[in-house]
Amino acid sequence: MIPLEAVAGLSAVLFAIGLYGVLARRNAVLILLAVEVMLNAVALNFLGFGAFRGDLTGQVVAIFVICVAAAEVGLALGILLRLHRNRQTVDIDRLDELKW
Amino acid sequence: MSFDGALVAFGIVAAVAIVASLGVVLARSVVSAAVSLVISLMAVAGVYVLLLADFLALVQVLIYGGAVTILLLFALMLSRTGRDSGLTTRHRPIATVAGLATAIFLGWAIVATNWFALPYAQLQRVELPIIGTALFSTWALPFEVVSLVLLVALIGAAVIARTGDAP
Repeated sequence: MIPLEAVAGLSAVLFAIGLYGVLARRNAVLILLAVEVMLNAVALNFLGFGAFRGDLTGQVVAIFVICVAAAEVGLALGILLRLHRNRQTVDIDRLDELKW
Repeated sequence: MSFDGALVAFGIVAAVAIVASLGVVLARSVVSAAVSLVISLMAVAGVYVLLLADFLALVQVLIYGGAVTILLLFALMLSRTGRDSGLTTRHRPIATVAGLATAIFLGWAIVATNWFALPYAQLQRVELPIIGTALFSTWALPFEVVSLVLLVALIGAAVIARTGDAP
């Protein structure tokens, strides 16, 4: 039997890897990829705790997480395309007009 | 200790997920990062199967592995600038420290928790009709809100990305 600690540990490791990716990448699309890794870790955690408590809530919340992630990716794609058309770059180090 | 097939399978799938996720954040080319993401998502779908959540694994493969990945690949292809050099910021040491600190903090929280005090239930497969009934009774309102979110995101993305001047 898989221990719940192992599921929580896997989720924690994936979340930390995703966080590193969000902070370290400079291509906006790659940041989005890392955000997907983090969201996936969260959904895995929800499912793990729900499954080991015999509770359906974890599974339902995980489905919601996946749906919201899909919406987020669609919207982000639109914004990135607009950004690329206006600025010819998605490099966040060069999009610094809001910095003083 | 007896041989535990589920545990061994979990170990393999977890290792694949971790290595592929590292590939997502460390790969030197955008396309290999995207392919690593697909492998990572499929490995997590394998964990879902081992936790007896078949429906969620199916959703993961269809939506994440199919739709989301295709969208991300489109974004990568359409936003290429020709030079792939410099995919990481100069803040990389800070990012490493933040990632390690998060991993250590979460790991400490896991180690410090008394897992035997939790009310454990036997893992069991939830039949699909039960999930459907729960989605449309207990979770009916959140479900409709998520539908609305998807619709708004769809229209919003179309409006933002279309050619010509924004209204």
